Amino acid sequence: MTQPVLPSLDQVRQWLSVVPDPEIPVISLTDLGIIRDVNWDDDTLVVTVTPTYSGCPATSVINLDIENELRARGIEKITLKRQLSPPWTTDWISAEGREKLRAYGIAPPIDGTAADGRLMERIERLASGSNLAVACPRCGSSRTEMVSRFGSTPCKASWRCHDCLEPFDYFKCI
Amino acid sequence: MATAATPSVNDALVEFLLRTGDNTLILGHRISEWCGHSPVLEEDIALANSALDLIGQTQLWLGLAGEIEGKGRTADNLAYLRDAAEFRNALLVERPNGDFGFTLMRQFLFDAWHFELLTALTQSKDPRIAEIAAKSLKEVSYHIERSADLIVRLGDGTAESHKRMQDALDQLWSYTGELFIGDAYDDVLAEAGIAPHPASLKDKWLAVVSRTLSEATLKIPSSTFMHKGGKRGIHTEHLGFILAEMQFLQRAYPGATW
Repeated sequence: MTQPVLPSLDQVRQWLSVVPDPEIPVISLTDLGIIRDVNWDDDTLVVTVTPTYSGCPATSVINLDIENELRARGIEKITLKRQLSPPWTTDWISAEGREKLRAYGIAPPIDGTAADGRLMERIERLASGSNLAVACPRCGSSRTEMVSRFGSTPCKASWRCHDCLEPFDYFKCI
Repeated sequence: MATAATPSVNDALVEFLLRTGDNTLILGHRISEWCGHSPVLEEDIALANSALDLIGQTQLWLGLAGEIEGKGRTADNLAYLRDAAEFRNALLVERPNGDFGFTLMRQFLFDAWHFELLTALTQSKDPRIAEIAAKSLKEVSYHIERSADLIVRLGDGTAESHKRMQDALDQLWSYTGELFIGDAYDDVLAEAGIAPHPASLKDKWLAVVSRTLSEATLKIPSSTFMHKGGKRGIHTEHLGFILAEMQFLQRAYPGATW
């Protein structure tokens, strides 16, 4: 029996970089930064994935999509590992991913806007930092306001623009 | 009366994880009852998303409880196949939803406590607990911001909204004391540096709660009477109704999957 040649890890990462997020198909799983590691354990490919939100219903679909993609590429033995720590942060979304989100109509996360659970201090902090304004993904205006900290998926908040008057999703920082 | 033996760290861990997971499970289920019924769309979405976060956290807490218990029970087994007396959630989270103001007041009182608990747990000497806490804390930070914000808006709102928020606070306050009462299990975990003693969270919780309620022009009731029992499995009749709905499918069709 001949040992089949295993694809390189770069090749595997390349394949995963075209698997779309099931809820925001414009960005890939690697853009989202949730693929934490890819490695061969003998002839088994171990893919380590971290969840975005602990209750995100897309998590099981994501695992299935990864497995389907890799099987379609001829990999037979696959193990998916869940890794909680360090917890996923929107800081891991790639620069390219952020541009794709904006073009799709979702304002990308802005560092420093993550909730810290201290409402009063946070309002003071946000008020003093004008660079934290979330720009409207449609018209670019920064005259925008938050409607709700929650939105159409766990990872988004609802905002609206005072210039073009359109509501939009903001990919909130965590 | 014989003195109870000190529980082992393992038993204390399982008990603690059930309490933590049952709190998030029952509150998650409660607020999911609002789905499709909230006063405005944004709030409907916010409640449903908070429920989703809490149920996701439940899977992590109860999953770990089952793993440490070592009897082969999964998070699903623990959620769907235990009876009311085996649930360890605080009485606060099983209170019926009432009106929207009542739901929000219950959420705020819980969120403020949940935030302090998780913050302390990120320093747990058990890395499995610390990592679940760190993950959950990011989500719960949004919960407390939202509920605190709405408490102020509604408390310091119209005469009607103010009255409803004060009524809710008057009714719920006596369910908050239980969150800070420790027992032998808590002593063991606090000693081992695995979880904070419940009493140690009280001052921080009260500081956030007092500040927010004062901004909301609401008054903390003067009565110091507190209900307790949930942590020991002694529940109000409301839990049974929640379980009847939540567990129906697995009880009627054991082992059903989809």
